[in-house]
Amino acid sequence: MKQAEIVVVGAGPAGLSAAAAAAQAGAQVLVIDENAEPGGQLFKQIHKFFGASEHRAGQRGVDIGHELLEEVEGLGVDVVLDASVWGIYDGSTVAVASQEYSWRVKADRIVLATGATENGLSFRGWTLPGVMGAGCAQTMMNVHRVLPGQRVVMVGSGNVGLIVAYQLLQAGAEVVAVVDALPRVGGYPVHAAKIARAGVPIYTSYSVKEADGDECVEKVTIWRVDDRWQGVPGSEIELDADTVTLAVGLSPMAELAWVAGCRFLHIPELGGHVPVHSAYMETTVPGIYVAGDVSGVEEASCAMEEGRLAGLWAASAAGRLSVAAAVAAAAPHEASLARLRSGPFGAAARGGKLAMDGRRDEAWGQTLTRGGA
Amino acid sequence: MSILEDGYFTLEEVLALPGCPSPEAMRGRRVAVVECGHELPCNPCETACKAGALTVGTPITNVPKIDAACCDGCGICMVDCPGLAIFILDLTRDDGRAELWLPHEFLPLPEMGEAVLLCDRAGSVVGEGQVTKVRQAKRFDRTAVVQVLVPEELAMTARAIALRR
Repeated sequence: MKQAEIVVVGAGPAGLSAAAAAAQAGAQVLVIDENAEPGGQLFKQIHKFFGASEHRAGQRGVDIGHELLEEVEGLGVDVVLDASVWGIYDGSTVAVASQEYSWRVKADRIVLATGATENGLSFRGWTLPGVMGAGCAQTMMNVHRVLPGQRVVMVGSGNVGLIVAYQLLQAGAEVVAVVDALPRVGGYPVHAAKIARAGVPIYTSYSVKEADGDECVEKVTIWRVDDRWQGVPGSEIELDADTVTLAVGLSPMAELAWVAGCRFLHIPELGGHVPVHSAYMETTVPGIYVAGDVSGVEEASCAMEEGRLAGLWAASAAGRLSVAAAVAAAAPHEASLARLRSGPFGAAARGGKLAMDGRRDEAWGQTLTRGGA
Repeated sequence: MSILEDGYFTLEEVLALPGCPSPEAMRGRRVAVVECGHELPCNPCETACKAGALTVGTPITNVPKIDAACCDGCGICMVDCPGLAIFILDLTRDDGRAELWLPHEFLPLPEMGEAVLLCDRAGSVVGEGQVTKVRQAKRFDRTAVVQVLVPEELAMTARAIALRR
């Protein structure tokens, strides 16, 4: 069986950052990702990131991805692509399926940085070709250079919805409307302003009623929703559209943490069920760490900081770094995370992580219904 | 309605922002107009400004504040702002027109001298302007700076261009 001091699952912003931090501390690191290319969502992020200079603010995500990749390669990290981790046994044996064979790797420490998946939304016609996740549309445009449609209705006005709507405009599509069932725009107002001045109407307190078409989306009907989320008959607006993109939230992709027997809590502010973890990013299974969206859905900038922390602490636990040295190395990343989570737009993540700390005992007391330790 | 409901500021809301210079300051010199007002964890504008005209400070979620007397309207904050929320305004001309600098990320780019449609914050066409310059530089990181002459009365209304072609 292969051996690795630290196995990182996922080569996105969190995983690459964890790998870099651990390798910098001297650990031997193996990163495994099921995709053909590393970088996770970073290479689709063609917009400039927010934050301060320590968060590489003002730099485009795609460039941050290239830098991270270079850093990891320079540190001698082994990155295996096209390989899916499908199981973790005894908290240390990682089971992997590559294209042609299966293999196992024995890890001293494991960092799960598997990211999140897009939530769906059901309405009449939602199975028609042309209805897709906003992330899917972004992959089509920014990775594969394929325009997903000509006339798009974006559902959801969080940052994903607003940013992908803007990128659809940049790619040459028309964004017919952005709708959100909430009474307020969910994402950064400056992102909303960018698409508003480009002529995209934003309908808050509106949802999709139905999508119609013979073989694909040809018409989308939206309607107002009342304060109990019920559609208001008579408020329908018919939109000539061929594509519906869904940006209605993300859920942590935490299956590996489940099968490894990690304890979970349901924390809506973090995207649903999240593996309980400490400030050291360690789960309830000793030696298994989490970072990025799998530990609670946030911005990529936060994922990179969490990755650094998980990598540092995993390397320290593996004996590569004294606790004192790890504390010192972690401090700037903790401060940076706190800055990213400050203010009204960081309230959900801040509150969610706090709630996790407060409910830690509850997680230990609960009966495990999935996984099992 | 507010920006949180329909996605854009009204003119009154912009004029009340700490990043918006006073009307007197705007008359005096070319200045930045920072249309950012929502406590985002973000400060590249402050870092970009070598003249010390923009302050975010601590906490990082402070809304950027402009000291228009220090602003020389260089536009570096505009290309560094990830929210594309900064515009440069030159109201010092005396021909009834103002020069507006816009951060622009759509292709094809307008050409020098081209007559373009002017759109307000809601995307409605409000008039016509003439492009005086289109600047691209490595430092701008693929955000183009489009300089456009607009009727003076639209200086605080027009915030985007649309090509006629």
